[in-house]
Amino acid sequence: MTENSKTPRIIVLNTRAANVHSVEKALRKVGANPLVTSDPAELATADAAVLPGVGASDAVMTALNTLGLSEPVKEFAASGKPLLCVCVGLQVLFDSSEEGELPGLGLVDGNVQLIPTGMKDNLGFNMKVPHMGWNQVEFTGEDSDRNPLFKGIPQSSNFYFVHSYRCVPDEQAEVAAIADYGVEVCAAVARGNVVGTQFHPEKSGDVGLKIYKNFLDLASATSN
Amino acid sequence: MLTRRVIPCLDVDNGRVVKGVSFVDIRDAGDPAELAAFYNAEGADELVFLDITASSDDRNTMVDVVEKVSSEVFIPLTVGGGIRSVDDMRKMLEAGADKVSVNSAAVANPQLIEDCANEFGSQCIVLAMDVKRVDGPIIGNFETFGQVPAEALFQIFTHGGRHPTALDAIKWARLATQSGAGELLVTSMDADGQKTGYDNELLSTISESVTVPVIASGGAGKLDHFYDALTEGKSDAVLAASLFHFGELKVSEVKSYLAERGIPVRGD
Repeated sequence: MTENSKTPRIIVLNTRAANVHSVEKALRKVGANPLVTSDPAELATADAAVLPGVGASDAVMTALNTLGLSEPVKEFAASGKPLLCVCVGLQVLFDSSEEGELPGLGLVDGNVQLIPTGMKDNLGFNMKVPHMGWNQVEFTGEDSDRNPLFKGIPQSSNFYFVHSYRCVPDEQAEVAAIADYGVEVCAAVARGNVVGTQFHPEKSGDVGLKIYKNFLDLASATSN
Repeated sequence: MLTRRVIPCLDVDNGRVVKGVSFVDIRDAGDPAELAAFYNAEGADELVFLDITASSDDRNTMVDVVEKVSSEVFIPLTVGGGIRSVDDMRKMLEAGADKVSVNSAAVANPQLIEDCANEFGSQCIVLAMDVKRVDGPIIGNFETFGQVPAEALFQIFTHGGRHPTALDAIKWARLATQSGAGELLVTSMDADGQKTGYDNELLSTISESVTVPVIASGGAGKLDHFYDALTEGKSDAVLAASLFHFGELKVSEVKSYLAERGIPVRGD
């Protein structure tokens, strides 16, 4: 593909999280040409952005605050352009987390809570925390109402999760998908252009790549 | 419902996968990227690459391997072998690994686990443990950890099983997870290569001693061995190497077998 005005400018925000490069590779795989950067000026002119994160929420918030990215991310979210937040990138959208001391971005009302331990699974075993592995994801609501990022993905598809904390939005309507891990795990949040997944689409095989393809399509529509 | 994972392990020597045979669908059984794509298509839930390159000068080859595989295959990728420092781990993560396993270096310097977990998060850190049942008095390096407790059943070995240590496996599993290991890859040296089944007593004892997921390794020979490791052995994932590489069993066969017996597996 040649560079032209219609190639969307997709930014992968470099929060120094370990999955930044996996997100970049997944975007390349579906035909995007992403720029990994922590430059707020690049973000301001992007057509779409991804906020990756793994590890601890305070680590991601510290990175955002130190890099001067917290306000720019909020402004980007308010611009209406596609913003995809992954794993801890989703968790920092909330007001607060039990995991850390730093306040989150407050883009989604609610908080982030430790997954309860001591739950038993259907084989009668203790469910481990972290919730690590492939779990079935159920999208909420009618198919026709689904956020564009999740179009064309079969109900009950398996996605790859690695997390110890779960998001609890105040508004149930913002829960776009759920997974069952003894407790209900919020698998995705959608608030218009701001979408977050608790799972890692960049590590979830073909269904995960489909989300990045949908994201690229949205970004292309934004750039035109 | 969280599914149980089936994980092929590939040994890589100087950039080439060793110990494999050619499958119908692949041209070059030594090409890590091609084998990874093959196992991905077979339904592998995750891949483990173990760098067995003898010379540390050639270790950068592994970075290229990880870079290439992770650009083509989008399932979780664990890389181990010769990881001795936070910098070693960073190189692998930046190349595209999702998790890095540590073994001998963590025994020599348990602080490594905590340092890596603080830097990258526990979810990245897999502790690989080579375990042997105690048979007679333990001979090993007693300086770091003191005496193995009298009731110890399982002893930790390092350096590919060549060096005995004074570490009790259960104690080490607890210590390492408290330090920040996010997952344990438990290999029974007694069962490894025997094809008589995993050491389910070892696996269940460790699994009940920690809160993090346990990957069973060593001893798979038949379909029911995988089932036993996930039930009797209380493991969260099952790993095999030669069984898959020599085409004796397919990943898809293992998953179908487990699914028929009520074990949740990823089917699509």
